[in-house]
Amino acid sequence: MTHLGYLLVGWGVWLAALALYGFRVVARGRRLSTRVPADRQRWMTTRDRP
Amino acid sequence: MLADIAAVAGKDLRIEWRSRVTASQVIPFAALVLVLFGFALDANRPVLERATPGLFWMTVLFVTNLAVQRSTSIETSDGARRALLLAGIEPVAVFVGKALAVAVELLAVEIVLVGGVLVFYGAEIDDWGLLVLTCVVATMAVAAAGTLLGALVAGIRARETVLPILLLPVLAPVLISATRAFDDALGSVAVQGWAWLGLLAGFGVLNSGLGALAYGVLLEET
Amino acid sequence: MTTQVAAQDRGDGDPTRAHTGSRATRGLGLVVLAGLVALVLLAFFAAPPDDEQGDAVRLIFIHVPSAILTYVAFFTTAAGSAMWLWKRSSWWDITAHAAAEIGVMFCALTLFTGSIWGRPTWNTYWDWGDVRLVTTLILFLLMVGYLVVRSSGGDDPAVSTRAAIVGLLAAINIPIVNRSVEWWFDRTLHQKASLTDGKLEDLTLFTLVFGLVVGLLFFVWAMIHRFRVGWLEHQARAEDLDEALEARRSEAAAAGSSASGGEA
Repeated sequence: MTHLGYLLVGWGVWLAALALYGFRVVARGRRLSTRVPADRQRWMTTRDRP
Repeated sequence: MLADIAAVAGKDLRIEWRSRVTASQVIPFAALVLVLFGFALDANRPVLERATPGLFWMTVLFVTNLAVQRSTSIETSDGARRALLLAGIEPVAVFVGKALAVAVELLAVEIVLVGGVLVFYGAEIDDWGLLVLTCVVATMAVAAAGTLLGALVAGIRARETVLPILLLPVLAPVLISATRAFDDALGSVAVQGWAWLGLLAGFGVLNSGLGALAYGVLLEET
Repeated sequence: MTTQVAAQDRGDGDPTRAHTGSRATRGLGLVVLAGLVALVLLAFFAAPPDDEQGDAVRLIFIHVPSAILTYVAFFTTAAGSAMWLWKRSSWWDITAHAAAEIGVMFCALTLFTGSIWGRPTWNTYWDWGDVRLVTTLILFLLMVGYLVVRSSGGDDPAVSTRAAIVGLLAAINIPIVNRSVEWWFDRTLHQKASLTDGKLEDLTLFTLVFGLVVGLLFFVWAMIHRFRVGWLEHQARAEDLDEALEARRSEAAAAGSSASGGEA
């Protein structure tokens, strides 16, 4: 395969960025949701809204 | 309407004139930047001549940042914005007036800068008409965008640093086309300068239109 | 009844509420993961090398979806900004912010994968003469400015209004700048219609579309989570404000025993 170095760097950074962003967003959500009482957690899930 | 515009522009220019800041600080700053570009490029004449249009407009952008900073701080101190609104002046008139005041200051600086590049960079002017028109049109575009963004950052605590972050990318297209037009006017590169001037006029109209639309929202709400 | 429920699972009491996931997002997340694995396999093993670009074409499978997602995200930001200015709806405001953050990431990835691809293909990482490159860079810087304005303090509606104007400014400016320069001066290195001229191999085209679909699903997944984070931030600030008000009220009630205490 030609240009293997470019391919690995490009794809590696791309996948890493997506993964990092995903983890960061989920972590921020976990941190924040402990601070916000449940009656203010509208939009959080469609399952058990009263 | 026209009277209001003149009143706002006159007020800003009078404040600027009385404080002498443009004359005693902004123009020396602009000259200093020009000289420092000369040092940075190691007084290499061909390089300097080739780069003159870009350096000229970069300096103008730095100065714009200062001028807008000052124009905004006039309005943020002592609740002057509230007072302008209470005086019943249309926000559009405030916008046009303040942009005009900034444009006049910038044109004054540009006159000095043209002298600077003639003396220090050995520039020669091929097309005076193109040069003058480019200055006027680009200054209009720069002043309009600057006035809008000045009002936008007015309520932010760290506005001195936020302003350039917003202003410089917004002005990048103006920088590109004004530089190309100057390339032709100074004869440093053969390009279609008048076509770039037309594009520049488009950006000027665009910035002014968007500014006039958005300024009222900012003035009333932030 | 709602107050009872609220009292029960306030804070970390109920584990189902201590994160921004739901059954739908978990399912979607799994689909995205599987899609990414499939995309890697398709891009590296199934799709053939290009006649001109060789194996560098495999970077296109992430570059083009990133670029399209950048446009989708910033269009969402512009729409949300307009809706905020028009309707003053927090839902749109938070949507605009969420899309801007994800859009900045995809915009950075577009620029990055583009220059990594450009080096073997155009023999340069960056070309200042190419309009699309330069306008994408300006767009990126403008939207970074958007995030700076957002982080400049508070949930003040003023911050939302400022950010909305920056978002609309970027969305109106960039296409005009891009189109006008390209029309007037025809300055681009970019492969103009390589997608639509029918020269692509079937499997290459399929992988490209597949990459776009996976990217879109990731975008939706990230948007849902990021929107919920934004909503929680919004609510956390409102909660802090309420608590502060509550504290002030009880202070006032304790201090002024006669007149002002009763109304709270």
